[in-house]
Amino acid sequence: MSGRPHQSFYAKHEAVILGTLSVVLLLGGWQAAFKAGLISPLFFSSPEAVVKQFRYTLVEGTLLADMKYSYTNFAIGFGLAVITGVVFGVLIGWYRRLRLFFDPFLNALYATPRVAMVPLIIIWFGIGIWSKVFIVFLSAFFPILVNTVGGVRALDRDLLRAAKAYCASDWQIFTTLALPGSVPFILTGIRQGVALGLIGVVVGEMVGSSQGVGFMVAYGGQTFNTDTLFVGMIVIAFSGILLTWIAERLERRFSRWRPER
Amino acid sequence: MVKLSIEHLSKRYWFEREDREVLAVNDVSLAVEDGEFLAIVGPSGCGKTTLLNIVAGLLPYEEGSVSIDGKRVSGPGVDRAVVFQHSSLLPWRTIAGNVRYGMEMQRRFDEATMHERADHFVKMVGLNGFEKHFPNELSGGMQQRVNLARALAADPKVLLMDEPFAALDAQTREFMQSELLKIWSQDRKTVLFITHQINEAVYLADRVAVMSARPGRLKGVFKIPFGRPRTLSLKRDPQFLEIEDSIWQLIEEESQSLNMVLAEK
Repeated sequence: MSGRPHQSFYAKHEAVILGTLSVVLLLGGWQAAFKAGLISPLFFSSPEAVVKQFRYTLVEGTLLADMKYSYTNFAIGFGLAVITGVVFGVLIGWYRRLRLFFDPFLNALYATPRVAMVPLIIIWFGIGIWSKVFIVFLSAFFPILVNTVGGVRALDRDLLRAAKAYCASDWQIFTTLALPGSVPFILTGIRQGVALGLIGVVVGEMVGSSQGVGFMVAYGGQTFNTDTLFVGMIVIAFSGILLTWIAERLERRFSRWRPER
Repeated sequence: MVKLSIEHLSKRYWFEREDREVLAVNDVSLAVEDGEFLAIVGPSGCGKTTLLNIVAGLLPYEEGSVSIDGKRVSGPGVDRAVVFQHSSLLPWRTIAGNVRYGMEMQRRFDEATMHERADHFVKMVGLNGFEKHFPNELSGGMQQRVNLARALAADPKVLLMDEPFAALDAQTREFMQSELLKIWSQDRKTVLFITHQINEAVYLADRVAVMSARPGRLKGVFKIPFGRPRTLSLKRDPQFLEIEDSIWQLIEEESQSLNMVLAEK
């Protein structure tokens, strides 16, 4: 009889078991150290206190409102970045003169950490929603733009030659080669844009805002409320993990035909 | 009747790195009859691919003339289709989508006809059942079948083949050669076939033109006397080997004289 060799329960789920073990050990150790009085609540929270604070801010506090505020900032800014980044990137990638014309700007802005522009943006837009939207937009726009430009320009020579041999017009080359060829690049840009946009929204809210998860973290820090600080950090971390995961799935889904996969 | 006529064609390149002009094709004249399978052999760098690119309309030329049915070639046209050395398939299109591609670009057929022709030529190259697969799921030999089907589906008057089997392993190559003859025998299009393999040229073609290296000149044209259909065992026929040998001598003579020139320098 042939068939799949038997695998033990551990061998099948090794990654999950070891991963869970490390998290449990860390949280357990943390809680134990706190109980033993090794950690001052002024500098460090405990898992128990974080859970308690989480429940409190969720039910009676402003956590939901803060999350909604932050997600709205992120969604509007990121949506604008995707639309303008892709459209602008396709145009710049396709028209050489346009690219040469905008090159100095794009290089300068791309090389500058966008965080450096936050104070200026807050002067322009105030501490309401639009300053955060604009920061997210600027943060996510450049990786999407740069990757889109690269994707449109990365026209395969052999494919171009084939298209020309079959009398393809410039428009046909654009729609059948340049656009579909740039999709994986655009999705890479979107994945990078998610990460940078999240940084943008948090920093924006920390520097100039009276609401949002970023504000919650900054406020927690200023008032030595480490429990709140940890709740905010965990919300941010999980948002990042979730959004990056979605972007990665999307990227993989559309890169099915890529030879390296 | 002459289908493809090349007269006194020369092509010069400006060779940037060495800052000098190179004569890639030197005064080549060649006439391919309607329905004829003509192969051009020559060592690498003899200008045979340059010649094919000019005939395909992908390279401009200034000296001499190239014409199909008496009409001067001045760019790509629907009367020609190219089978490339690298399969040059769109990785995001399925096999059926790739076979359609040439027809789509040329805009000669309506939707229903394109669908029907794509179906027909996928079957003709033996890929039925693979219509919905993507190129990266296919072997090199199968990808070249798609490349061939794409060209045939575009219904060209002249089929241009640029070393289509050069990147395949020896066994697959032999198999593809006999498959190509089978497919070609169904409608006997005019074929210009470029290769560096002498026995491939002799096995496939009605006539074999031999080119020499730098500057690419036509050294001689051999008429291949074998009837059709041909089988792979023909490659062991004494007469076949004799022809192969005389082509080989013509090319070798050339490379020896080239060595002598180099030695003198």
